[in-house]
Amino acid sequence: MKVPFEKLDKAFENRLRLQIMSVLMVNDRYDFNSLKELLDTTDGNLASHLKGLEKEEYILVHKTFLGRKPNTTYEATEKGKTAFKQHLDALEKLIKQQKAS
Amino acid sequence: MEEKEIKDELASIRSLMERSSKFISLSGLSGILAGVYALIGAAAAYYLLTSNTVREYPYHGYYSFGHLFNSLVGQLLIIAVLVFAASVTSGIILTNRKARRKGQAIWGSTSKALLFNMATPLVAGALLLFIFIVHGYYGIVGPSSLVFYGLALVGAGNFTFTLVKYLGLCEIAIGLIAACLPGYGLLFWAIGFGVLHIVYGSMMYFKYDR
Repeated sequence: MKVPFEKLDKAFENRLRLQIMSVLMVNDRYDFNSLKELLDTTDGNLASHLKGLEKEEYILVHKTFLGRKPNTTYEATEKGKTAFKQHLDALEKLIKQQKAS
Repeated sequence: MEEKEIKDELASIRSLMERSSKFISLSGLSGILAGVYALIGAAAAYYLLTSNTVREYPYHGYYSFGHLFNSLVGQLLIIAVLVFAASVTSGIILTNRKARRKGQAIWGSTSKALLFNMATPLVAGALLLFIFIVHGYYGIVGPSSLVFYGLALVGAGNFTFTLVKYLGLCEIAIGLIAACLPGYGLLFWAIGFGVLHIVYGSMMYFKYDR
């Protein structure tokens, strides 16, 4: 039996990264603080995983100012969206295979 | 990875997608209440219309504001504003309560998107209808208020339960039918704002509120 583990994206191995991508799939842009609140995580943890996704070119970072406060928003790139869809497909295939076996 | 683990992962993704893009704290109960207020308002309007012995014939021209608010039309307008204010107030209170229970912020990016998409057709419609009233085109007010409200709900439906979108489509349909049948404005208004709200409010209540 061939298990398509190689199709699973290494960049999404971490759960938080997958969660960040799923939020950015359905929202054009999402800001740092709302992400932190929604995913119930810490500043450092979220920032490091956002960096990771940025390095993969899966997300774009927009830095703006709201008055004097910095406001950072994130947007999924086409590359990131495609990778996310492929990752989900691979997960679904895994389930089907495990059911069949 | 275990099958259960993958399934949990997929379920969490689905819930995140919904929670981050849709305002799921909208209260169904507030829809039912809005319908009840609308029916009470329609009954009051019906009473005003039938008990008025001196019939005012619509005069197609410009009224002074003072005249407008003393007239029958002005009194009907006051009823409409009261119904609207009562609906919005109970909507905010009940939605706030549900949001606290669900742990969703009531003033977040989803509720902002919801309000903006709802307010645009509502404000445009309200201003246009006010201009119509000032010019004395009363017949158009009932049907168009239903159509504009329907458009607002269809827009808002993208940011909350899909049920809201269907309610909007029904309101538009009722508004268009009302426009074809002049003279039954109040009846259709009671169906659109009263009965439909109660029906959809209870559907939402039983599906999502509890």
